[in-house]
Amino acid sequence: MTLADTEIAPPEPPRYVMFWRRYKRNRAAVLGLVLFAVVVLMALSAGLIEPGDPLRRAGDPLTPPFVNWATPLGTDQLGRDVLAGVFYGARISLLIGVVATLVAIVIGVVIGALAGYFGGWVDDVLMRITEAFQTIPNFVLLLTLVAIMGSKIEWITLAIGIVSWTAPARMVRAEFMSLRNREFVDAARNLGVSNTSIIFREILPNAMPPIVVYASVIMALSILMESALAFLALGDPNYASWGNMIGQGRAVLRSAPYCAVIPGIAIILTVLSFSLLGEGLNDALNPRQKK
Amino acid sequence: MTLHMPPILVYALRRLAQAIPVVILIMIGTFLLLKLAPGDTVDALVGDMGGADAAFIARLRAEYGLDQPIWVQLWRYMVKLASFDFGWSFVYEQPVSTVLMERLGTTLMLMAASLSIAFTAGIALGAIAARRAYSATDNLISVLGLVFYATPSFFLSLMLMLVFSVKLGWLPVGGIKTIAAFYTGWDHVWDVIRHLIMPTAALSLIYLAFYLRLMRASVMEVADLDYVRTARAKGAKEGRLMIHHIMRNALLPVITLLGLQFSTVLGGSIVVETIFTLPGLGQLAYQSVVQRDMNTLMGIIFLCAIIVVVVNFLTDLLYARLDSRIELA
Repeated sequence: MTLADTEIAPPEPPRYVMFWRRYKRNRAAVLGLVLFAVVVLMALSAGLIEPGDPLRRAGDPLTPPFVNWATPLGTDQLGRDVLAGVFYGARISLLIGVVATLVAIVIGVVIGALAGYFGGWVDDVLMRITEAFQTIPNFVLLLTLVAIMGSKIEWITLAIGIVSWTAPARMVRAEFMSLRNREFVDAARNLGVSNTSIIFREILPNAMPPIVVYASVIMALSILMESALAFLALGDPNYASWGNMIGQGRAVLRSAPYCAVIPGIAIILTVLSFSLLGEGLNDALNPRQKK
Repeated sequence: MTLHMPPILVYALRRLAQAIPVVILIMIGTFLLLKLAPGDTVDALVGDMGGADAAFIARLRAEYGLDQPIWVQLWRYMVKLASFDFGWSFVYEQPVSTVLMERLGTTLMLMAASLSIAFTAGIALGAIAARRAYSATDNLISVLGLVFYATPSFFLSLMLMLVFSVKLGWLPVGGIKTIAAFYTGWDHVWDVIRHLIMPTAALSLIYLAFYLRLMRASVMEVADLDYVRTARAKGAKEGRLMIHHIMRNALLPVITLLGLQFSTVLGGSIVVETIFTLPGLGQLAYQSVVQRDMNTLMGIIFLCAIIVVVVNFLTDLLYARLDSRIELA
């Protein structure tokens, strides 16, 4: 036995360091983070590094990729720059993904927290509403909402959020049901803390980790939904969108498949990055969970 | 009375009682959506006739009950829905229920094919990956699963079309049967199958990935349980262990998901049916949105919801039969 053994253990490194250590253990998750960083960079730099409006004519129609350096990834049938479309498309996908996810999480947290905390008839009513929403096929409801509200980008984002809140609501409810009778909640209640404070200050922070992980799934699904809408020409026509580029590329699929293939790869890599990111977050936030 | 009923029947009845408020909520929901949509039945009718004077419009409104208080309208709407009367489609000039029934078969065929392929292939690959966890086989299967999961079905559809129809010319680009070929008997069946291969593949891959991931996790969890170790210690062969001991319990969470996924697959059929011009409910939903045919759209929502409620009910019963831990009564 040496002296070193009796020394007090060094203080645990700060939480973010621990988080990163756990996260980087999963190599696929690190790849996901890199892909995600690339997409974010494209979204931020659209219009700065890659000049040009993605909806304006930039060169001869149907210039193949790697031929003209003004349009490195070629142009579509209207002469629009494919690379510019990919950059601006990243911006729209991320924007819609983030905002729609926030909408879905906020609705889901409120409904799930109320149902799980109060139980009884409140739970019954809220869960029947959740089931009704789950029963209607998401994409059918999304199309209906877009048909009613119109194709403006704000409405589309809101509609995607409205059709995505049921899964987080169920998760939050389950977390609240298992947490509401724990000692720390009883203690807070005995101190006279109000229900609102108990829900949002005491229980919610403990219920958040699985929700944060699930947010990456909602992001991925939101981006897929937006691209499917745009593919069907039901998106906002004023913005370049990967789905829309693929939809237009369909007309020239035989002669210029790259018009559809390039934005398609962009969608796959982006969605993949969110899935991998989610796995890494899961490893880092729920370290005790069995793999 | 209840004492003499078999427990599974009691469970079924209780489960059915839970489904009723959900169906009523969906009815109220479709009614609200109809009210939110710009224009009503009379507007559509008058537009169809090319305009009418105010007195006539008012008389029409009264005839359709649109001058009644909203509660009365809701009640009448729910009574009509309950008897599968979805109103009139001003686009197809037919009752909505007739239009829906013409399309239902194609969609059910596509969904049955996609889900059964996704389910069987997904659980098989998931089980293989779990048994060889962290091996090269597992890595390959898991990476493929992640990529399939990230591929939008419309993009996959186009790529399949590009390869198998445009380049190779093996499969038809769309439709449910060859027009004006008038095949009969087995030729007709084969013709329909050829038309369904690509849509089925496009629709099933993403769900295959879903079941694969869930099954892998589920098998790995069950394989660690004590009863499996006991069976192995008593000398059960690995193959028997897998099929009789592990699979049976590992399948439970996957089956629950099958019921829930049904509604997402119905949604996914919109894109796939539209691309492959399959005359099903999905294509109809898209056309109804474009043509603002709200009655038809609400009919589709209600019909889909009923299908999902029924499928969920059946999967719950199946689940109750398979999992002896569930208390039936």
